[in-house]
Amino acid sequence: MPVDDFAQPLIQAIDCGVAFAPGSAVLEGVDLAIASGEFVSIVGPSGCGKSTFLRIVAGLVAPSSGEVLVSGSRPEKARRGAAPMAFVFQDPTLLPWRTVADNLQLPGELQSSLPRLAPPDVLALLERVGLKPDDARKRPRELSGGMRMRVSLARAMATNPKLLLLDEPFAALDDVLRQQLNEELARLWQADGWTGLFVTHNVSEAVFLSQRVLVMSSRPGRFVADVRVPFAYPRSFALRGDPEFARVTAEIGHVLREVLR
Amino acid sequence: MNRLVTRFFDTVVPPLILLIVAVGAWEAYIAWYNVKPYLLPTPRAVAMALVTKAPQLTHAVLFTGAAAGLGFLASLVVGTLVAFVFSQSRWIRAAGYPYAIFLQTVPIVAIAPLIIRWFGNGFQSVVVVAFILSLFPILANATAGLTSLNHDLADLFRLYNASRWQTLLKLRLPSAVPSIITGARTASGLAVVGAIVGEFFAGYGTKRYGLGFLMQVTIDQLQTDYLFATVMVSTLFGVGIFALVNLAGGAILQRWYDLPR
Ligand SMILES: Nc1ncnc2c1ncn2[C@@H]1O[C@H](COP(=O)(O)OP(=O)(O)OP(=O)(O)O)[C@@H](O)[C@H]1O
Ligand SMILES: [Mg+2]
Repeated sequence: MPVDDFAQPLIQAIDCGVAFAPGSAVLEGVDLAIASGEFVSIVGPSGCGKSTFLRIVAGLVAPSSGEVLVSGSRPEKARRGAAPMAFVFQDPTLLPWRTVADNLQLPGELQSSLPRLAPPDVLALLERVGLKPDDARKRPRELSGGMRMRVSLARAMATNPKLLLLDEPFAALDDVLRQQLNEELARLWQADGWTGLFVTHNVSEAVFLSQRVLVMSSRPGRFVADVRVPFAYPRSFALRGDPEFARVTAEIGHVLREVLR
Repeated sequence: MNRLVTRFFDTVVPPLILLIVAVGAWEAYIAWYNVKPYLLPTPRAVAMALVTKAPQLTHAVLFTGAAAGLGFLASLVVGTLVAFVFSQSRWIRAAGYPYAIFLQTVPIVAIAPLIIRWFGNGFQSVVVVAFILSLFPILANATAGLTSLNHDLADLFRLYNASRWQTLLKLRLPSAVPSIITGARTASGLAVVGAIVGEFFAGYGTKRYGLGFLMQVTIDQLQTDYLFATVMVSTLFGVGIFALVNLAGGAILQRWYDLPR
């Protein structure tokens, strides 16, 4: 794993391991450094521990061995101060009894250090993720799957996070919508400069979005490849037709196949 | 419109035909075998009793309805509050649950006289019996609802450092509402049964009486037609209460939750 040029990486995993049951490690010997402002994706076989790693970085699971530091401190501490975090799940995880606007208010209600949104903020957020002002009053059940995911993204953006963790957020969406949301996510990242850690099963999605793609092995899970993606931002749909894009995608696909054997 | 008519013929007409056949057979049977009216009244006699005793029946329905309603509301509030306590720790749950099950298995007929000894002869004892009988389904369902949480939503709340209290009020309780409604559906019917059974033992008096009291008096006085009328009204009343709670619950589920009725 190449050590970053930066003085202190935003995320640093040092010989990190997790075992939910004694003797069967899910993660083992995970080393990783992600610089502030990077967009990094993780791909790997099902059940290898990608979600678990993301949850460790968020401070939702404690590693059994080694440590993970965010901004130089434990994640639970970092997310309260130096590095506010947001998490986007595969399921949009909206509260069905709340309107879209009230869903966006949730983080600010729960954690007093986060900003409360004024009505214009809500509208601005909706616009950023491609929703209409009318949608603010709707309840999640009145929205399509894609729109719900946009609300979920908006809720993450609402907290001005320094670190955005995304666990297969677009896995349930159809391909066209998924590509569209990839472009929008890349644009948001470019505009805001948060650090992105994105888990997906879709290699071309990982390549399209990221500066680096990490490949994870299973049993035990650890990072076995770290592929740099050389394309400039903003990235557009045309990139997907680029021969170089196809080459990088194939290279990662090849590593994944090796891992799966 | 056409579909409505078809539905009417599919759902209303068949049971209606069966009813007419059954009533006809009933009349014929009595005429043929010359059955004594105190053993089995004719359908016409029952209909007459329904008309002539309408004031008494109405009074009884209101009295029983008030007792059942109060008992039901009490179990809704108490059941949810106890479930709150249960949801706070596995230990409390393990300690309290056996006694909650006791509520369901205790033969109400056996303890009703005891309840009257404690609470006095009259309305309040009827309410208590209705309460005891309807408590368990709400307690059990509310506990299940409050303890089973969507993992991602729980993670979201932890990520924003939500307090225990915030998680309870903003996540657990609203998430449990559909389960509480399920419990309330069962409980509403049981509250009516409880009130009627309670009136077998309490609620004596010529000024204030309910359906249970009427049943007892009419059977003692061999007014079988009146008894039949009372049973019919009781059944209809139970169905009505059940339908009402179902309707209210369905409306809540549809308005605030992404759930079928
Ligand atoms: N809380 C937990 N308790 C016990 N085992 C767990 C827990 N969380 C995850 N695991 C186990 O750890 C392993 C890795 O799970 P994880 O969800 O991190 O995999 P993943 O790479 O995200 O898989 P997928 O691609 O299917 O989402 C799995 O075998 C899973 O069963
Ligand atoms: Mg996962």
